[in-house]
Amino acid sequence: MTDVAEIHARPKIIGARVKRTEDPRLLTGLGSYTDDRQVAHVLHAAFRRSDQSHARILAIDCEAARAAPGVIAIFMAEDLADGVKPLIATSRMSNYYATPIVPLARGKVRYVGEPVVGVIAESRYQAEDALELIDVDYEPLPVVIDAEAAVRDGAPLLHEEARTNVLVSREFKRGDVDAAIEAAPVRVKGRFRMHRKTPVAMEPRACLAEYDAGRDALTLYSATQVPGIVRDALSAALDMPGHQIRVVAPDVGGGFGGKGSLYPEEIFVCAAARRLARPVKWTSDRMEDLTCNSQGFDEIIDAELGLNADGRIVALRADVIGDVGAYSIYPWTAALEPVQVVSFLPGPYRIEHYRGRVRAVATSKAPTGPYRGVGRPSSTFVMERLMDMAAAKLRLDAKEIRLRNFIGADELPYKVASGIVWDKSGFQECLSAACDAIGYDTLRAAQKEARAKGRWFGIGVASYAELTGIGSRISVAPGMPINTGTETANIRIDSTGAITAAFGVASHGQGLETTLAQIVAEHLGARFEDVRIVQGDSAAVPGGTGTYASRSLVLAGGAATLAARAVREKVLNAASHLLEASAADLVADGGKVCVAGTDRSVTFREVARAVYSEMGRLPPDARDELAATRTYDPIFGTTTSATHIATVEIDPETFEIRVGRFAVAEDCGRLVNPLIVDGQVHGGVAQGIGAALYEEVVYDDQGQINTASLVDYLVPTACEIPPMQVVHLESESPTTLGGFRGMGEGGTIGSPAAI
Amino acid sequence: MSGRRDIRVTVNGALYERAVEPRLLLADFLRHTLGLTGTHVGCEHGVCGACTVLVDGDSARSCLMFAVQADGCTVETVEGLGRIGKLNPLQQSFHEHHALQCGFCTPGMLMTATDLLKKYPLATDDDIRDGLSGNLCRCTGYEHIVRAIRAVKAGAGR
Repeated sequence: MTDVAEIHARPKIIGARVKRTEDPRLLTGLGSYTDDRQVAHVLHAAFRRSDQSHARILAIDCEAARAAPGVIAIFMAEDLADGVKPLIATSRMSNYYATPIVPLARGKVRYVGEPVVGVIAESRYQAEDALELIDVDYEPLPVVIDAEAAVRDGAPLLHEEARTNVLVSREFKRGDVDAAIEAAPVRVKGRFRMHRKTPVAMEPRACLAEYDAGRDALTLYSATQVPGIVRDALSAALDMPGHQIRVVAPDVGGGFGGKGSLYPEEIFVCAAARRLARPVKWTSDRMEDLTCNSQGFDEIIDAELGLNADGRIVALRADVIGDVGAYSIYPWTAALEPVQVVSFLPGPYRIEHYRGRVRAVATSKAPTGPYRGVGRPSSTFVMERLMDMAAAKLRLDAKEIRLRNFIGADELPYKVASGIVWDKSGFQECLSAACDAIGYDTLRAAQKEARAKGRWFGIGVASYAELTGIGSRISVAPGMPINTGTETANIRIDSTGAITAAFGVASHGQGLETTLAQIVAEHLGARFEDVRIVQGDSAAVPGGTGTYASRSLVLAGGAATLAARAVREKVLNAASHLLEASAADLVADGGKVCVAGTDRSVTFREVARAVYSEMGRLPPDARDELAATRTYDPIFGTTTSATHIATVEIDPETFEIRVGRFAVAEDCGRLVNPLIVDGQVHGGVAQGIGAALYEEVVYDDQGQINTASLVDYLVPTACEIPPMQVVHLESESPTTLGGFRGMGEGGTIGSPAAI
Repeated sequence: MSGRRDIRVTVNGALYERAVEPRLLLADFLRHTLGLTGTHVGCEHGVCGACTVLVDGDSARSCLMFAVQADGCTVETVEGLGRIGKLNPLQQSFHEHHALQCGFCTPGMLMTATDLLKKYPLATDDDIRDGLSGNLCRCTGYEHIVRAIRAVKAGAGR
């Protein structure tokens, strides 16, 4: 018996640098991204989009376009009013105004790029030709570009029904912050600006709706992170039951949050395909991607920190204006990004008195939505900057002031002033490990020397904590239309002995086909290569959302663990009859079941044949299908923490900024696949470097977007990204099954602040 | 659409004769006329490099070329490298070094790297980074891609 317990206590596949299952197809050009799908009789959609920031639509003339070669149909808002219901990102939050989401603008346009008319033609070239023949007559309205101006009384309103541009306001507080700051001997404050970014996944969004008229059934292939959310939303918008709609996210070329919301084009192609009884495809070009995808961040943050003379923090207060763009994005709501800034602002530090106020303000720009890090790149930037300002005032080293203020290991779990609870996580250890990796003390000496020679040489340190693998008790917007806190796994061994594990998550580069197979194989006792993962398909499990918020490995991994253990029980029970041994004496390993300490064994395949195909081989009551479905809910979630250290040098003559070295030490709990974790950190850091130094969405004062090409919106190339050192501290999460912590976003959280 | 032109293009060793509109992009010709969807279109304005193919042995952006410009040319795409179960050394190295995540930029990276490895000494990692500066990747932070190409270079020099 000890053998059995020991074998399962020692993971072999979890933690291994397993090469990815996804790679061979993607390396040989055999991946299947949405636009790769070849369908007979497919029609192509293109959108005439608003060239106005804020305007009333007076008239639309499509006559010339209707007569253009290849044009099959043209839809305007009123053509879809029957049969497509508006979707609303609901929430119980007080002071919240939800804006309806519709496929085409009705009455007014509220940002440059908003879809106004949809053209369907035999080819994409013809659809785009016809767009130019459409005449839209607008009455320009005052633009709403400056979020600070938009909150003032008398400002022009984007959504008149809301009677304000403030779509949501919230406040978190603890203690008497004003008195504590007034009394603090050391005070630092500033106004901080995190500019608007856009995710720029390399694959532009695409969607293809196929319609089976005989069954009134829609299948939407979409480059989305959230097929489950899209399925449920389409069911509501089109008033069709879920079993008549299937949403498939095939190979998806990156997301980073930009494919994590419902989009008007997804509703449009479904409505059009159903109306025309033909497949309808839309593939975004890069200009559409840069103007119409959900954008990220964009806050003005006034913050003040009060400290004691010994550098210990007593109080923090902040006032945040978040520019959320034209609509409250579905399903996340306008609260998603800016509210998380004040939720996470206190960071990994002990802060008794805190007040964070936030207003999410509508402007006539593209809606903001999830972008890697959500709120935390901004909150970390502000908090870490305040720490450095305080350190400078107190003549303390950047490392020392952080060590004095980290929540101690003995204080965890710790409830942050904003209400978040940090579980056991290695704040101090991450800082020390990052310092060791980069040789911090030597580097400080080198910095002194460089500065003495007139070089502008800086060392940036950023520590943060984030909540990942969030369970059902924590919502970004209480009462929003989806449940982000649970995940389901269905694992089955079929009559051929093949193992299939199905999930509601949707990998878009993370390698979940590999890591989830590692977890399933480990807990089932199967061979890694025998496990096939089905994900990115709303039909895979009854309810699921997708992949976002550093959740998939924690939640789906937990569900995989539970379901795999349940199936292993069933395999052992069936095998106990075949091997004539007690199930307690059996070990499942490497796709075989052995009687411990003997050479007697059966393969999973033989067990499957006995269960499904060999009549009378098992007693009738022992013939239990080798399948199980389990859901997992981490309830609250877990803490992931890290420290990033960067060296940055500025040329005093040209002001060229170069990031020299970059070290990350992070605690993401138990590693399933170190190779994949490294890759996630590298990519996140590169996006953070872009956010800090190169990337910014720019609107002019008329609401025109000036960054509508990759020549204007600068994504860092290999030349701008330095080599990176990554250290993993595997302190297993005490609150999640398997000890996993989420880590997909962290790279982007720490790096802007460090730089 | 009137005015189609007949073209003859050799792609991955096979000769294709097709009548195409003069405005048809080479990328669309490869993807939608020939069904070779391994070549990806990421920006349609020549910045991202996802659509990189080799035209007569030199790397080229298939989104900035018309198919008719490839008339009489030899084009190599990602489908012409190794196959599943028989990856070529560059593909194998990308696999081993985890040099791809979402895989969308990967065909362009592979074709650019093929060209770089053939033509340049790539003495330092900075040389590799310079060579890749016309190919954007948003997932990997480039680190593993540089290592994968370095490993192939080191292997070839042995």
